[in-house]
Amino acid sequence: MRTEFPSALAENVVPADVKPGAALETVIESREPWFALKLRDLWTYRELLFFLVWRDVKVRYKQTALGAAWAVLQPLLAMLVFTLLFGRLAKLPSDNVPYPLLVYTALLPWQLFAFALTESTNSLVTNQHLIRKVYFPRLIIPISSVLVGLVDFAISLLVLAGMMLYYGFRPQPTALLFLPFLLLAILTALGIGLWLSALNIKYRDVKYVIPFVTQFWMLATPVAYSSKAVLQLVPPQWRFLYGLNPMVGVVEGFRWSVLGTESGSGLMMGISMVAVLVVLVGGLAYFKRMERTFADMV
Amino acid sequence: MSALAISAEHIGKMYEIGATAGYKTFRESITETMTAPLRWAKGQRAVAATEPFWALRDVSMEVKQGDVVGILGRNGAGKSTLLKVLSRITAPTTGRAVLRGRMGSLLEVGTGFHPELTGRDNIQLNGSILGMSRTDIKKHFDEIVAFAEVEKFLDTPVKNYSSGMYMRLAFAVAAHLDPEILVIDEVLAVGDTAFQKKCLSKMDSVAKEGRTVLFVSHNMGAISALCTTGLLLHQGQVVTSGPIQDVIRRYSSMGDLSSSTHWTGNCGDKNARLRETWVRSLDPDGSFDTAADLEVGVRLDVLQPIEGLIIGIRLFSQYEYELAYMLHDDSESSSPDTVMPGEVVRRFIIPGNMLAAGNYRIGLDIGIHLVKKIAGDKDEGALMFELENLRGVGRRFPVPAMRGFTSLFRPAWPVV
Repeated sequence: MRTEFPSALAENVVPADVKPGAALETVIESREPWFALKLRDLWTYRELLFFLVWRDVKVRYKQTALGAAWAVLQPLLAMLVFTLLFGRLAKLPSDNVPYPLLVYTALLPWQLFAFALTESTNSLVTNQHLIRKVYFPRLIIPISSVLVGLVDFAISLLVLAGMMLYYGFRPQPTALLFLPFLLLAILTALGIGLWLSALNIKYRDVKYVIPFVTQFWMLATPVAYSSKAVLQLVPPQWRFLYGLNPMVGVVEGFRWSVLGTESGSGLMMGISMVAVLVVLVGGLAYFKRMERTFADMV
Repeated sequence: MSALAISAEHIGKMYEIGATAGYKTFRESITETMTAPLRWAKGQRAVAATEPFWALRDVSMEVKQGDVVGILGRNGAGKSTLLKVLSRITAPTTGRAVLRGRMGSLLEVGTGFHPELTGRDNIQLNGSILGMSRTDIKKHFDEIVAFAEVEKFLDTPVKNYSSGMYMRLAFAVAAHLDPEILVIDEVLAVGDTAFQKKCLSKMDSVAKEGRTVLFVSHNMGAISALCTTGLLLHQGQVVTSGPIQDVIRRYSSMGDLSSSTHWTGNCGDKNARLRETWVRSLDPDGSFDTAADLEVGVRLDVLQPIEGLIIGIRLFSQYEYELAYMLHDDSESSSPDTVMPGEVVRRFIIPGNMLAAGNYRIGLDIGIHLVKKIAGDKDEGALMFELENLRGVGRRFPVPAMRGFTSLFRPAWPVV
């Protein structure tokens, strides 16, 4: 191995059983076991992941006239509409929290999720020129497009802090516990994004389905209303179905940690996590199986 | 240094070609599934909506460390597919290959360039996409900028670059890639002459550093100057491999494998007989280059006076699209000339720089205006030829589609 140019890439590709100093060996085979996820490969290409996220963030704010202002405006406008419709008109209960706060806190993870889901689904198709010409673990593409949403999220988080100040709402000591729920939202989006992005390569219809999916999904998630309002309507024996939607757990978790509303049941949370895990592992396996021929299909 | 850098065994790559190749819509999939029982009932089991096409078949090769290998073959011989498989862009259908060393592939310059980003940003992005680490990029940054000669425009979005600057920057990044195995496809055909020379000498120094290089190009001069060994592919299979000069000689002797540029025969009716057709390049060396003027010739024996004799040729693309129809004259049909018995020879010139590289077929249309067809309906006198872009100009943006060329007209590029 050449040593004049020590490179992070070179060191990490070496399989574990090869002594350092030996040339790295890449084996190309017509068949691979389905469980060969090659996550190590992903780690090797972490710098590319960073650059792809960096590119998307940079381009995103460069090409829009309002730039980062969109990250603020979108959830604020949605909050306004939902507060008027559900809070003022329908007079739904708000768990003793100002209705705008109740909605906005839920919109934070929801918008991240919807963005990540949409972007990751389209990610392979929008990056097809890369797929056709360069090798890298294809997983990087949907992962990077999911991560791009974090920048908007961070901006909206600042707005939330401002709103809490305005309403004189003291943040809960548990506030930082929103992080695991954030992770759950990201993993949910990624899990579904893996399935859909691979499907989207084969069937371009997927792209057109996504807006409907996110719309209906949001209505099924307690974003514009509190979980309490729904659970009153659902007989207890059917509540686990409600928990199958991982975003219920995410949204409730956010409200619980930041606003101190009543937490959902642990059972529901458990069901959510299992659902996410199943979708994610399935998505990974499906994606890995399909990725070997992405370049032929795009 | 005699260890193997690449050893490939029985590599095969199959594509599904046909109406439904590539991506589908749900509608197509659903209708296919729905109509399946119907077709089955009709006894047409498993319609061949797609047919297998082997772009590579049983390709085995061994490349020693430090070898510079030129890969030769006509359009569609499988060169690019081989590079794609070896650089792990697509998985082979059969076979196995082992690569020893860090692999970098350049199947295109400027992969991943984003027009909105500045030159500086694109160097980092593109470098990373090509597999350079951040420290490598930082280290080579100034060299790259100097090589590309774009110092003044580093903070300008590349969408405002001239195409020359754009390609220079793209190549500069690629040239500073530092892998142990380098795979290069057709990337030298960029920029002006001076820049091409610079690229060639850079390639030469890369080769002399003892790196392993796989190189596909139509530029025979570059191949014979840079490469030590060669591999000749034809229809997805290895024809020969060995010292580069032998392989080049074999390649140029392959000549008319996929074309029939001359036809002789005797068909027609009592009015006229079609005897000979040909297509040839008017280039001094007679090569079927995209820049060459082509002559299509037709020889007829006219047996009795014919009023309104039609001699026409049709030009078809490889996929049987009719691209053009030409007549030997365009006189008013109301006052057609009468052709007297004897030999009639007509020549059609297809100007150079009109057709893109690819395979073409010429069909004949011999007849009497408004009366009858004499010959040409059953492919009598049909010709086939393949145009290649041998001079390397105008191949800046290779067409990605499997269906070959996309244009009928190509501009006359300044010839270097």
